[in-house]
Amino acid sequence: MFRLRRFLKKYILQFVIGPICKLIEAIFELFIPLITADIIDTGVKNHDAGYVMTHGGLMLLLGVLGLCFALVCQKVASIASQGFGTQVRKALFRHINSLSHTELDKLGTPSLITRLTYDVNQLQLSVAMSIRLVTRAPFLVVGALIMAMSINMELSVIFLVASPLIAMVLFLIMNRSVPFFKKQQKTLDTVSLISGENLSGNRVIRAFGREKSEQERFNAANSSLADTALTAGRISALLNPLTYVIVQAAIIAIIWFGSNMVYDGELTPGQIIALVNYMTQILLAMIVVSNLVVIFTRTAASAARVNEVFDTKPSVVETNTEPLVPDEAAPAVEFDHVSFSYPDSGDALKDISFTLKRGETLGIIGGTGSGKSTLINLIPRFYDPTEGSVRVFGANAADYPFSQLRKLVGTVPQTASLFSGTIRDNICLGNRGADDETVARALRISQSAEFVEKLPDKVETAVSAGGKNFSGGQRQRLTIARAIAANPSVLILDDSASALDYATDAKLRRALKEETQGTTLIIVSQRIASVRYADKILVLEHGEAVGFGTHEELLESCPVYSEICMSQGVSAQEVRA
Amino acid sequence: MNKQTVKRILKYASPYKGSLMMAMIYALLYVVLTLTVPVLIGKAIDHAIERGNVDFAAIGQFLLMIAVTVAACSVFQWLMGLCINKVSYFTVRDIRREAFEKLNRVPLSYIDSHPHGDLISRIVNDSDAVGDGLLQGITQLFSGLVMIICTLGFMVMMNVYIALIVVILTPLSLFFAAFVSRISQKQFKKQSGTQGELSSFAEEYIGQQKLVKAFGYEEEACEGFDEINQRLKECGQKSQFYSSLANPGTRFVNSIVTVAVTIVGAVSAVSGGITVGQISAFITYANQYTKPFNEVTGVIPQLQAALAGAGRVFELLDEPDQTPDDADALVPVSCAGQISAENVYFSYTPEKKLIEDFHLNVKAGQCIAIVGPTGCGKTTLINLLMRFYDVDSGDIQIDGSSIYHIKRDSLRSMFGMVLQESWLYHASIRDNVAYGKPDATLEEVRQACKEAYIDRFIQRLPDGYDTIISEGGTNLSAGQRQLLCIARVMLCDPPMLILDEATGSIDTRTELKVQRAFNKMMQGRTSFIVAHRLSTIKEADIILVMKDGNIIEQGSHDELISRNGFYCKLYNSQFAPT
Repeated sequence: MFRLRRFLKKYILQFVIGPICKLIEAIFELFIPLITADIIDTGVKNHDAGYVMTHGGLMLLLGVLGLCFALVCQKVASIASQGFGTQVRKALFRHINSLSHTELDKLGTPSLITRLTYDVNQLQLSVAMSIRLVTRAPFLVVGALIMAMSINMELSVIFLVASPLIAMVLFLIMNRSVPFFKKQQKTLDTVSLISGENLSGNRVIRAFGREKSEQERFNAANSSLADTALTAGRISALLNPLTYVIVQAAIIAIIWFGSNMVYDGELTPGQIIALVNYMTQILLAMIVVSNLVVIFTRTAASAARVNEVFDTKPSVVETNTEPLVPDEAAPAVEFDHVSFSYPDSGDALKDISFTLKRGETLGIIGGTGSGKSTLINLIPRFYDPTEGSVRVFGANAADYPFSQLRKLVGTVPQTASLFSGTIRDNICLGNRGADDETVARALRISQSAEFVEKLPDKVETAVSAGGKNFSGGQRQRLTIARAIAANPSVLILDDSASALDYATDAKLRRALKEETQGTTLIIVSQRIASVRYADKILVLEHGEAVGFGTHEELLESCPVYSEICMSQGVSAQEVRA
Repeated sequence: MNKQTVKRILKYASPYKGSLMMAMIYALLYVVLTLTVPVLIGKAIDHAIERGNVDFAAIGQFLLMIAVTVAACSVFQWLMGLCINKVSYFTVRDIRREAFEKLNRVPLSYIDSHPHGDLISRIVNDSDAVGDGLLQGITQLFSGLVMIICTLGFMVMMNVYIALIVVILTPLSLFFAAFVSRISQKQFKKQSGTQGELSSFAEEYIGQQKLVKAFGYEEEACEGFDEINQRLKECGQKSQFYSSLANPGTRFVNSIVTVAVTIVGAVSAVSGGITVGQISAFITYANQYTKPFNEVTGVIPQLQAALAGAGRVFELLDEPDQTPDDADALVPVSCAGQISAENVYFSYTPEKKLIEDFHLNVKAGQCIAIVGPTGCGKTTLINLLMRFYDVDSGDIQIDGSSIYHIKRDSLRSMFGMVLQESWLYHASIRDNVAYGKPDATLEEVRQACKEAYIDRFIQRLPDGYDTIISEGGTNLSAGQRQLLCIARVMLCDPPMLILDEATGSIDTRTELKVQRAFNKMMQGRTSFIVAHRLSTIKEADIILVMKDGNIIEQGSHDELISRNGFYCKLYNSQFAPT
């Protein structure tokens, strides 16, 4: 938790001023019962109205001063804590942007967002609490104890017994109820899960007529939620009554022994009242302390989650920031005995070697899970191969600066998603200064021009987050346009035409072929039709290359390839015809 | 406040009426007793006057009274808490149960047309808000009001003038709190708006971080984030400061009250109008008096939130149910599989016409394929056959009886359905496969999985058939999930089949194998197949070609090819050269 203090450096001043102000306010507050006692014992006893008034005025003055100090403290607390949160968020977002795919896969988007928002807010809250309460509350407890001692040593024993008792009760009850609250949260998650499953699978549930059993499943979780809540509630309902009993017992003791001392002349009635007031103050401060303990346990968990992100180092690192000069004569992409495995799992790719010349088209085909996407992710270095090397225009991919490599290699990922903004913003993502001609060309080649033209705002049409206001096919075509607009030397289409009908898919491939002369094209697909006219086809099966060659060669030599062809109704005869 | 909603919530609480009544009684007793304690303490102190002048017998008596009162008071407070918990948790449970029940009773169109996240939040969060806000709120409101009235009474009994001071001064803290909440409310709104903006930005750019990388967009993304982050800092600092004014502010007002009470009390004591012990009691009261006010004002927004939540839950509950099955609805025991549709009209929304004057005649055992571009309404026919949606006019008959006169459960059990979106739930593989036939033996489950070519994969999992499918089925690939759904249908062995893009996420070679199993199953059974891979449906008896919701061509593969129409174009485009 304390490792994050580096983000507080700018706010050291606030961290000093805040608690000091709060402390002064607390001291003033501690004097109030003492002055009250004075008023009663001296003013009332001596029938001295003047004394009462001046001391009353003093109390009021302390109140006003206290308020001023408190306000200063709240102000600096809000500056420091929000400033701190902003710094952490900024650093965290930057760090997340530096991570590579392996780490992003491991951490997962929802979890990263929770860390960036909820967890940082939690940290921010405890910074504010540290300034505002961490010194004040314990100080009030200790201060009240000291004041009690200064009034009467013997009676302060009651305080010394009661305070730890209250602390113990607070701790025990919270400690006991926390596991139940956690369990309650978990059961609540189950209730949400079942509700979600019943919504997404409503057709299946009705088709199988399982409404009743689903209701029973829900009822079980729902009842267990109510029961857990009740158990947790039973424990935490003890908190107030128990602390109340302890404080009142202490007060009874103060009055009983106190009145004995009054009889002996060692104590005045006003002092008894002061002691009773200090006791109440201790209880209030203790409750604040216990709340702080809860906040800080939560904060420690949040801090651990945030630190986990900071501690995650990108596995793919930039070793060189100086742009290379690509060798125009060298093959566009070359795989040299490349193997790759995801952490904690077997080989995803085994000993892959091939060479793709400049301007050629490579088709990659294979079943689900055969390693197609993994293979192409190695080219722009989203992952680094576990063994072997990937060369792009003669140089090892790892020797390029990220920005240069990813400019050379354009990718259209499998899931077509867009950013919020306009169509133009999206097309220009990889080429910020693209002119109208470039945008129009990209739209034309990707077969998007037609539908974009029909939109009332054309390329300025707003895109909602993820591109949800476009159909799957339209989204796919726009993502292709986006890659084309960046003018890459190598363009990779990762099953990017799956949502297009065959006719559009064919038109797209024709346009790519005609309009992007000189661009090396890699097409990943499950469809034979998409790859059969490629210069070279790579057939993958369980991470291994089981065939490499032209459609005709593979039909002869590669049984897996012919099986795929057969399964899609493309027979050898049909091809030759 | 919406009386109707409150009444309805109370109706849900009525099984726990007893506990609610008891909670109120305990609250009353608890409040009265807590307020007695400071008076008793004051009286005890009054008997310790000065050196040599202490009435120990009287003090002992008062202390005993205090002890008894405190004990009783804390017991009542505890009981009150238990009763309120019981009422609120059980009521929430009941409301939630009913809301969930509703999910399986509303027409499917309701579920299709409402965001699932919103519905889940109604079932989970909004019903919680009813419990937290309303029931606990009402009790808090009640005990707060009792507290205010009783404190006022006790103070007036002791000394009218000092009571007056307290009554006049305390609203100050209320005004102050209202002022603070008014100015901070505005900042809060702005802050939560900006926070939302930041979250959605982060969601977008972290969710698509791979794209950001692919296009070297990191720097721009960071700049965009920084800009929102900076704005969040500015309004966050303001809103935090304004809202943190409330505490020291009320504390200050409290100390003004204390000072005023002390001064006036002391001055009156000088003239003998009040005892020292009473001053002590007054100070305690003055400190306590503002508390219930703050509580009561705090309860109001909570109540409003709860009412809004309740409104949203009730909105769901008030949705009309799907039309119930006819009282004399048929429960056919066997099914030949002859289907006919006549004059069917249907559309999801009246503005957009979809199926018009549709006719279809399927003989028992025939295979009907439905093809067409994406979004042309292929799934609509399935929706009508399964009665997920009802036709606007016309009729669909199975073996000569209208599907609207067959019990829904019976109708649906005649079909085995595999959808494009594979649905599995968070339970073991075995439970998932046996979903349509919960009493199936492990042997039967395995047999079905063998036929779906997924048995070998399951055997290789460490826990085999007991492997738990994670939430959303993320521990399986799309293809594996779909094969499990296919096994699920194979186990049920239904008289008719519906395969809606059933092999969409399986690679074509596995598909070929599964298709073989399907073919075996389809023999002698009426089946409907939706697919966009045309190679899989060449063998169908009737192919329905759909475009923009209409059936534009109908016939066998050869007939349609020879007609050289839309189907022919669609079919040939598969093999178009570049």
